[in-house]
Amino acid sequence: MSLSLKIQHSAGRFTLDLAVSCTGPVTALFGPSGAGKTSVLNILAGLIRPQSGQVSFQGETWLDTDKHIFVPAHARAIGYVFQEGRLFPHLNVRHNLTYGANLSKNRPAHASFDDVVDLLGLSALLQRHPRNLSGGEQQRVAIGRALLARPRLLLMDEPLAALDVARREEIMPYLENLRAAFALPTIYVSHSMPEVRRLADDIITLEEGRVTSQRANEHQA
Amino acid sequence: MTLSPADITAIWLSLKIASVATLVSLPFAIAVAWLLARREFFGKSLINGLVHLPLVLPPVVTGYLLLISFGKKGPFGEMLEACCGIVMSFRWTGAALACAIMAFPLSVRAIRLALESVDTKLEAAASTLGATPWHVFATITVPLAFPGILAGAVLGFAKALGEFGATITFVSNIPGETQTIATAIYGHTQSPGGDAPALQLTIISVAIAMIALMASEMLARRVSRKAADL
Repeated sequence: MSLSLKIQHSAGRFTLDLAVSCTGPVTALFGPSGAGKTSVLNILAGLIRPQSGQVSFQGETWLDTDKHIFVPAHARAIGYVFQEGRLFPHLNVRHNLTYGANLSKNRPAHASFDDVVDLLGLSALLQRHPRNLSGGEQQRVAIGRALLARPRLLLMDEPLAALDVARREEIMPYLENLRAAFALPTIYVSHSMPEVRRLADDIITLEEGRVTSQRANEHQA
Repeated sequence: MTLSPADITAIWLSLKIASVATLVSLPFAIAVAWLLARREFFGKSLINGLVHLPLVLPPVVTGYLLLISFGKKGPFGEMLEACCGIVMSFRWTGAALACAIMAFPLSVRAIRLALESVDTKLEAAASTLGATPWHVFATITVPLAFPGILAGAVLGFAKALGEFGATITFVSNIPGETQTIATAIYGHTQSPGGDAPALQLTIISVAIAMIALMASEMLARRVSRKAADL
């Protein structure tokens, strides 16, 4: 993947000032909470418009404040897994999963609906409603929903942070399967080094809105 | 209970006027409520004030303002007649306009509250899945706000059904054209021996209001059950 971003953005007393390029396939954004990791992800997704900066992905400009270019979130062909799932409460699991898939028919699919359902172990949940799912189940559905939207770039914001240790161990294998099954460019945000070590190729460390290091994960082959 | 033909006509006219007023104003009410709930723009408090004006003005003032702007010689009245052949003054269409304007602030308030209660994070999630703003609105915002939108519509319908002051000022009290239940009751109370028909119409207006409330309650329950089954 080729993703490069250069951002200057302040909100309140917090200032984001960084320039990085990610080669991936899986790049981790690592750092303590409050470092600005989620803000970077939201800027990549097009949910926040920074005061100044450039973002380009695979040669396509998503943001250039100097040239007044801003591609809105819905046109970026991304998949975003939020910390809190954000499943649609009025739709059952099947309709949550197909929401993005129905909007991206013009792009090639990474995997069929059935493959994603199998990979994430969702077949027993399809008729259920989000409120009747455990936290771990909700997060698996959220991952499936993002994958089925045929994203060119997957953004994951601490998908395991809201879960207890047992649930985390339940989801980790799914994430590792994901990594192995699709060579999907991914930005994975986390404040947990063990998670990052297991999943990432590259690790970018963020502190107080600045990049303090960028290195390859020596644990990955 | 025997109703005179004029009273039966007044009942049908009331239902027609209130239904048209509600259905035609609902899209505008949703649009204005959305603007007030979700957007910051120059002149927002002015729009908010204008929308709420009929709530605080004496109805007769609203009716008079309609008369001088939408009447035969009024600027909007002439425009509407010239472009679309719609005449408002002393017609049932004018009564519907008066009812729609009087009911508008109530509908907008209820719908605005419902839209504000929809989590913007869910809308953001939908946009990352490729949904355009319109698609987000239609598939996420409106379904989640539906009970509140329905409540706003019913409130507006009830207000339209009972509207008196602005209607009688703008389009008068013409049997068969602009006489509604409310203005018919007023007419009966002003004439000797009108107590019995006034009471009959009163009972009917209570019944209509109750049926409308129960129907909206049932519809809301069915929608939430359907959402649960999906």
